[in-house]
Amino acid sequence: MSTLVVAEHDNSTLGPATLNTVTAAIALGGDVHVLVAGADCAAVASAAQGIQGVSKVLCADNAAYEYQLAENMGLLIAELGANYDNVLSPATTGGKNIMPRVAALLDVAQISDVIAVESGDTFKRPIYAGNVIATVQSADTKKVVTVRATAFDAAPAEGGSAELEAVASAHDAGLSSFVGQELVESDRPELTAAPVVISGGRGMQNGDNFKLLEGIADKLGAAIGASRAAVDAGFVPNDMQVGQTGKIVAPDLYIAVGISGAIQHLAGMKDSKVIVAINKDEDAPIFQVADYGLVADLFEALPALESQL
Amino acid sequence: MKVLVAVKRVVDYNVKVRAKADGSDVDLNNVKMSINPFCEIAVEEAVRLKEAGTATEVVAVSVGGKSCQEQLRTAMALGADRGIQVETEGTVEPLVVAKLLKGVVDKESPDLVILGKQAIDGDNNQTGQMLGALANMPQGTFASEVKVEDGRAAVTREVDGGLQTVSLSLPAIVTTDLRLNEPRYASLPNIMKAKKKPLDVMTPADLDVEVTKHLTLVKVEPPPERSAGIKVDSVEALVEKLKNVAKVIG
Repeated sequence: MSTLVVAEHDNSTLGPATLNTVTAAIALGGDVHVLVAGADCAAVASAAQGIQGVSKVLCADNAAYEYQLAENMGLLIAELGANYDNVLSPATTGGKNIMPRVAALLDVAQISDVIAVESGDTFKRPIYAGNVIATVQSADTKKVVTVRATAFDAAPAEGGSAELEAVASAHDAGLSSFVGQELVESDRPELTAAPVVISGGRGMQNGDNFKLLEGIADKLGAAIGASRAAVDAGFVPNDMQVGQTGKIVAPDLYIAVGISGAIQHLAGMKDSKVIVAINKDEDAPIFQVADYGLVADLFEALPALESQL
Repeated sequence: MKVLVAVKRVVDYNVKVRAKADGSDVDLNNVKMSINPFCEIAVEEAVRLKEAGTATEVVAVSVGGKSCQEQLRTAMALGADRGIQVETEGTVEPLVVAKLLKGVVDKESPDLVILGKQAIDGDNNQTGQMLGALANMPQGTFASEVKVEDGRAAVTREVDGGLQTVSLSLPAIVTTDLRLNEPRYASLPNIMKAKKKPLDVMTPADLDVEVTKHLTLVKVEPPPERSAGIKVDSVEALVEKLKNVAKVIG
């Protein structure tokens, strides 16, 4: 048994979700290799060599992979994947973009967003916005899987000593090119990996009011999230959305402020260890999943909370 | 320019789906079915391309039983010119749907194929990308903006870190995210007109595709139940609980 894990990275830093995906790969048994495909990405490959439980790191360092365009990455991973029993990636927007192309090229099903490895061919995954957990068994000889990072512990990032192998294959499909990106710069922890998340919903009323969350986030070392309603209304950018179709978070503490608790939002945060809800509507569904509910006007509660932390 | 839009019939997004008592599958008896919300956004985008003069024809396609003709009629009421139903039975896996759509792409030769990024039943998020690989077409997934000019599509994508824009040669695949547009409501006259628009039915055999099964649904179960906790009556009480009972803040 051997598993290839496709690393998430930006050519300079290894994405933390890679570590959780390695844990899922180890659960499948056998050798675990990590693929780092990018341009000038030697630092990432070197970091990947340190992950405990990884025996080999494949580094495909080529201009064709600089922006990890799905067309080029799909060809590379399908070629390399031919030598493995399983190909895994984190279920980030990067993995979601690329992996189905890999599965189609290998003519196998993909199992998306797995939350548990039951055996070498059987996995658990949420369906219907997490209202149901499905156990699915694959009949394919090769499994292509995306992994929900919050459902697996991170493998230790240091202490491993994987060997490094350069991959020469340069696949440029010639179909797509990178134009530009607007990435949100933040000193706060990354939403999906933060120990504390504080999210605002439609009740925040406008984008300016999200400042009320910032002081609290600073004191708690928290990331700031949002409901779909707040993103759709233009209060905050899309990268902050928590939910079925946004980011999945499972922090130690999740504070939902002015969020009613639609099932699509709950799908993205209900695995948090402790949930706090602050909402002026005492019948809001969010209170049905909250460990601690405070029925209050958020414009009074938030400044009070900040001053008491 | 011809645009092909794929639509899926799914449980309405307001329905809270439950597992059957015997755990064999989800219980879909007597629940409201609708067009998948992301597919509705895909139809809207295609219709807007036609209204802007960029597209000349919008063809809606759905893979499923006869009942999915209802969603094709919805797509036509929103502005699609005609519909194609690929007749299948039971659950069809994304890889097979992608192969069937590849068959339709080969027959129709669209310049752009727009799909929802995921269906809200299986939450797989696979079909568009798989079609891209099978048809050797580039993809702009999770799109929040699509511009077609000079024979290429510029697609702005919602990614974990923010937004990314890619340029794609045509024909290309686009999968829609929530912010791409806000779908219109179908007017009554358009709903009536849609009933007269052409709707072809094809079989997988017509498209030379074998409907295979790669995955077995072993069981379904409800997620671990979260019970409602307690209400606290003040911010002081909340902070006290978080510090001393839950011990999640210092």
